[in-house]
Amino acid sequence: MEEILSTLINGLSLGGIYAMIALGYTMVYGIAKMLNFAHGDVIMVGGYLIYVFMATNNPLLAILLACIGCVILGVCIEKIAYKPLRGASPLAVLITAIGVSYLLQSLAQIVFGSASKMVTVYEFGSVQLLGCTIQVSSLVTLAVTVAVMVALTMFVKYTRMGRAMIAVSEDKSAAQLMGINVDRIIMVTFAIGSALAALAGLFYLLKAPNVFNTMGAMPGIKAFTAAVIGGIGSIPGAMLGGILLGMVESVSYKITAIAPYTDAIEFTILIVILLVRPTGFLGKKRREKV
Amino acid sequence: MAMLEVNNLEVYYGVICALKGISFEVNEGEIVSLIGANGAGKTTMMQSVVGLIPKKHGTVRFNGQDITKCPCHKIVQLGMTQVPEGRRIFQELTVYENLLMGAYTTKDQQVFKSDLEAIFDRFPRLAERSKQIAGTLSGGEQQMLAMGRALMSKPKLLMLDEPSMGLAPILVDQIFELIKELHAAGTTILLVEQNASKALEIADRAYVLETGSIILSGTGKELSQSDEVRKAYLGG
Repeated sequence: MEEILSTLINGLSLGGIYAMIALGYTMVYGIAKMLNFAHGDVIMVGGYLIYVFMATNNPLLAILLACIGCVILGVCIEKIAYKPLRGASPLAVLITAIGVSYLLQSLAQIVFGSASKMVTVYEFGSVQLLGCTIQVSSLVTLAVTVAVMVALTMFVKYTRMGRAMIAVSEDKSAAQLMGINVDRIIMVTFAIGSALAALAGLFYLLKAPNVFNTMGAMPGIKAFTAAVIGGIGSIPGAMLGGILLGMVESVSYKITAIAPYTDAIEFTILIVILLVRPTGFLGKKRREKV
Repeated sequence: MAMLEVNNLEVYYGVICALKGISFEVNEGEIVSLIGANGAGKTTMMQSVVGLIPKKHGTVRFNGQDITKCPCHKIVQLGMTQVPEGRRIFQELTVYENLLMGAYTTKDQQVFKSDLEAIFDRFPRLAERSKQIAGTLSGGEQQMLAMGRALMSKPKLLMLDEPSMGLAPILVDQIFELIKELHAAGTTILLVEQNASKALEIADRAYVLETGSIILSGTGKELSQSDEVRKAYLGG
């Protein structure tokens, strides 16, 4: 019983991290129609920024500054690397994104070295629940992720800017004809996605307190998988995919016989889901425009 | 001074010249029609004037202001709105949300409410279906919605790109009636159409576009009586 409960909570909080990253992927994809493969590395930069700003000894201030730093980074990446390619072939944009990803990893290595750094942001401790020990940080991760998803959904549905995002995601030129500044909407999307990446970096550090230059790569790819499983472009889909993936991973790690194959199992699930439902769980079929 | 003044507009797709330096103007209070066959460059002209595709040469002036290099969303704020070819309504949003998007440049809630009422008065069908997902409307209703959405920004110049495309004849008549009503209510209209006879019938003035050049211009009546137009566009 305790085993099941702790696996469940662990899966949910791990899923929360994936969901947080997947939200960034899915929003950028939905609105700018591009896969930002550098998204995982923004998490890494977020991690390093928290490490640097922890010098203030104030965790909340460090997190806030890391978020701001990531927002600035995300907006700059978009402006410098992606914006000039608007209208170019999707392949060119994809390759650029991969280039940005390696650039960030290499820059981090040059600045901070290749050895990982230890960061303790905050000791939440643990609580006893139904006879099992649960890390409070897991509960915090889960609560913040749910709150962020709800806030984003409300933002998109009920604000002027949010509705403009829906319009841009559906039809960029029609949105321009409504008087919407598409460049600005895309910039805001990157800003939001990067802030979420910084938060994901924080949750990652709460789980495993080490920063290193490739720390964003695997979570990035897994979260991308989560976004695709949930239906890329869909906000609740990213949440669903993230939690699902976190649960699978957590359960798989608990079963000794299959634990070493956890990554393989996750990607197999992706393939199977894509075979059965090519648009993911909550993805919409897009009519090809002629 | 003309409301819209297009001078020597050239547009290229890569190396292919789609518009070979066209000039035309629309005066305040007019209905101006631009007719031409498929591929003549009508939609290219519409999209480049409003800033959706880049212009290679030429100038565009709107109410005396040079808008050649103006981005599309700013042009819309100046009072030039376009109903694009194929309607391009937001399929996944409701009718109401589509109209809300049309009013994107309106920030005042009171103004928005009275504008919305005016649109619902003009298009009772849209009021009935305001909560329906726009993609589930019929073709005629979608065209109404596209026009209603454009009118939400209260344009001084309304540009219509093939509003009758794909509609049953009875709906085509309705759309042209509507254009006349909007014109009577004070909106200046630039109409691009393949349905040449209808477009010339309601036009004050008209232009004929052929493979990227304007080859004829005149009043709607003159053009509908010209031999050239009759042969090429009116079926004898």
